[in-house]
Amino acid sequence: MIRYFVPLGVFAAIVVLLALSIHQAPRKDLVPSPLIGKPAPSFSLPSLSDPNEKVTSAALRGHWYLLNVWGTWCISCRIESPELLAIAHTGVVPLIGLDWKDSRAEAMAYLHQKGNPYQQIAFDPGGLEAIQWGVYGAPETFVVNPQGIIVYKYIGPITPRAWAHDILPRLPAGQASGS
Amino acid sequence: MRRLSPRLPGALLVLLALLAAPFAHAIAPTRMPTPELQARYERLIHNFRCMQCQDESLANSPVSLAADMRRQIRQMLLAGDTDQQIRNFFVSRYGYFILFKPPFAWRTAWLWLTPGVLLLVGALSAAWVIRRRATLVTRESGDEEDESLDDGLAGTGKHSR
Repeated sequence: MIRYFVPLGVFAAIVVLLALSIHQAPRKDLVPSPLIGKPAPSFSLPSLSDPNEKVTSAALRGHWYLLNVWGTWCISCRIESPELLAIAHTGVVPLIGLDWKDSRAEAMAYLHQKGNPYQQIAFDPGGLEAIQWGVYGAPETFVVNPQGIIVYKYIGPITPRAWAHDILPRLPAGQASGS
Repeated sequence: MRRLSPRLPGALLVLLALLAAPFAHAIAPTRMPTPELQARYERLIHNFRCMQCQDESLANSPVSLAADMRRQIRQMLLAGDTDQQIRNFFVSRYGYFILFKPPFAWRTAWLWLTPGVLLLVGALSAAWVIRRRATLVTRESGDEEDESLDDGLAGTGKHSR
């Protein structure tokens, strides 16, 4: 008799496996970055506001910072914008912008209209710097520590919840207040 | 909220053009200085996944990130990088996911071994079932013989069935 229950058991096992997999499956639009725990790419890019100025990774050494990849063409970046302004307002961590595949004039007009949360903005109209960071969409936000190591990457627009749960606890300020 | 690719309208236009001319080149072809570099370029762009439209290769993807990646590959080829160096460049930034054919490594071992294991399990259970069936058949045919024997013994040539 038992042999009649073997296929049923196998079937049940497959159902359980698939049901678990569906819930465990990583979302296909969230590809984990292999750069976590690795040094951030060193860069020296023209500043968005002044082409003669440079935004460099060397100058950012010794400080925590968030590198936020954005563009005026990116709808989710517009949604994220108020939260970035709120983060900038807390003064917990400086925001460095990477303006990706954009035009200078449009970007400046956008910041003028929405407000500028960034301390510095690197300008990457060609998109090759974004590839160095393994960027595949916008917005993406990297948490970089004073040693220049990428500690965390947040994919998609930062929400107040994402800031409180995913980003702030990884910063020294968040750890101090959390414990 | 869906994250949109840079210059989506442009991508849509290219897509429309694609629909209109299914046999035309999806992407404006890139000319490399030598046939050898051209061949390597073509092979490489077919091996990498477009990270935005994830089931397409860089060779077929109309989105601008794919165009940037093709430009990166072109630059690296012109700078004298080997295929392996270019592969490492992309894997270290995007992970194995960017390769359509992931390498055999500890992390990917299950991916490569599972089909073989399943095949083995299938073959073993098939062999088991076939052997059981075979013994069943001989036993059944034996039973039939017994039956006909019984019939023969009991019967007087009457057709019981």
